[in-house]
Amino acid sequence: MAKTATRPALVRSVPKSPTGIQGLDEITGGGLPRGRPTLVCGGPGCGKTILGMEFLINGAREFGEPGVFLSFEESIEDLTVNFTSLGLDPRPLAARKKLALDYVRIEPNEIQETGSYDLDGLFIRLEHAIDSIGAKRVVLDTIETLFSGLSDTRVLRAELRRLFNWLRAKGVTAIVTGERGESGMTRHGLEEYITDCVILLDHRVVEQNATRRLRVVKYRGSTHGANESPFFIDESGLSVLPIASLGLQHKVSPGRLSTGVPDLDEMLGKKGYFRGSSVLISGSAGTGKTSLAGYFAEAACRRRESALYFAFEESAAQIVRNLRSIGLDLEPCLRKGLLQIHAARPTNSGLEGHLSAMHRLIEEKKPRVVVVDPISNLISVGTSLEVKAMLARLIDFMKVKEMTALFTSLTIDDGHPEGTDIGISSFMDTWLVLRNIEVNGERTRSLDVVKSRGMAHSNQVREFLLTNKGVQLLDVVRHEGHVLIGSARAAHGEPR
Amino acid sequence: MSAKSVRRSPKTRRTKQAADFFDLRLYVAGQTARSLTAIANLQRICEQHLEGRYRIEVIDLLERPQLARGDQILALPTLVRKLPEPIRRLVGDLSDTERALVGLDLRPRSSVKS
Repeated sequence: MAKTATRPALVRSVPKSPTGIQGLDEITGGGLPRGRPTLVCGGPGCGKTILGMEFLINGAREFGEPGVFLSFEESIEDLTVNFTSLGLDPRPLAARKKLALDYVRIEPNEIQETGSYDLDGLFIRLEHAIDSIGAKRVVLDTIETLFSGLSDTRVLRAELRRLFNWLRAKGVTAIVTGERGESGMTRHGLEEYITDCVILLDHRVVEQNATRRLRVVKYRGSTHGANESPFFIDESGLSVLPIASLGLQHKVSPGRLSTGVPDLDEMLGKKGYFRGSSVLISGSAGTGKTSLAGYFAEAACRRRESALYFAFEESAAQIVRNLRSIGLDLEPCLRKGLLQIHAARPTNSGLEGHLSAMHRLIEEKKPRVVVVDPISNLISVGTSLEVKAMLARLIDFMKVKEMTALFTSLTIDDGHPEGTDIGISSFMDTWLVLRNIEVNGERTRSLDVVKSRGMAHSNQVREFLLTNKGVQLLDVVRHEGHVLIGSARAAHGEPR
Repeated sequence: MSAKSVRRSPKTRRTKQAADFFDLRLYVAGQTARSLTAIANLQRICEQHLEGRYRIEVIDLLERPQLARGDQILALPTLVRKLPEPIRRLVGDLSDTERALVGLDLRPRSSVKS
């Protein structure tokens, strides 16, 4: 005790129980308040139950803390089926006494009130479950169901207050879920009783696309991220994407990879991209983004490395056909199975769906090289906040796995690619900008390296040619203070 | 289980009696004033309305907490009517006799039931 007293007060925070849920522990600075109840509220289908169950399963599996799940809504059978479908089978843990499930069934039609009562039955039941497995964690889901079965709200309120105090005295870390109310955070004002930590979940539809958000409304005795964070639910459970706290602990590789275009390798310190880096190629329509992506993928296959290509604009067949017109044949790569193209319309599923599908495929195929073409099309699925968070998470994930990722981005305005690149360029190690330049009644393409971290790169704008023999980058010719491109260059006697 | 059947009427009359035999289980927690009130109220109601065709089992959950789960006990005291079926749950100390009788189907709720 004497030792802890010497520590500065600022550093001390309430003790915490990690949830083991990706991202949530980051936002809360280590988990939920240990030995105290946390209120998790939100509308129907917002993921409260899953959050609770994952808290218990992770507790039992990873942190050696058995847990009790007391359900007021779903039977044990239904819960088991639902969780098994998320890859969280509770049965083996229950068999090993790491987890106890109990279903408190409330049938309003079966209950007749005949005089004074209290909720000692619930207390006894919960205590029995806690003591039988030595539980350290408890989830009550959704305790407000009591109000539908018992009519004396005065008694219920007093008993709920007693229950939460009892949970604190018992020293268990609890999640109490509550349905979002019209006026308050929960229908019956549970937030009045649970003030230690309150987490709000939200499942909303923005432009026909379902998105999930999580926010820590309150955390007594601890700092916490106050922003809304997108989260998603897939086969492996729940993940929160904290936007602000992108982990930067991955190792960096000094290895280099060819861009597939010798002239471009030359511009990037003569060697190409860094392995495990992320590359952004932005430009307006028809500037050659997909061509560069295609060369990059093909170069990977030539090194006998696997490449995964996410196409959000064109079908696989279209990409193959179009690239053939500039002398690039992806067919052999596809045949050997080194290259896999996954084409999907961005609107086919929600943002969550794309995120989880991409994660899953990357996990499964373990490619060395990943192409997302174009990332900007995902804007049509979510607001830029989500796209940004999604990218941050994806980039982080790929960096850890030392995968090199190339993203293309369609910019609307040729003049200001920065404005339309949804602020993602800061996540990128290398950023190439392609432009259409209209001079003298003709259109030519240019390429320049805006940045490339950790290498001496060219700072020249180059003329970018797509010929039937591939990509060529030409030095820009200056003549009498003018940049000569296109046919003006030819007229000046420069080769093209 | 055998003890229960011994206390019932002989087999010949059993089917006839089973229909209106009340098997009641009263759940309480400890010997509190409320528990004792509930027990006394239940005995009074049974003597007045169910003479000779009831059985009361009082379960103290402080002694046998594992039994709370099986009968879905939440509030205490709770009276569970195991027989006749369907199962009924009466919550409270049974001070409101009219409501208790309705809960036990001894007074009509809306329609008459045999």
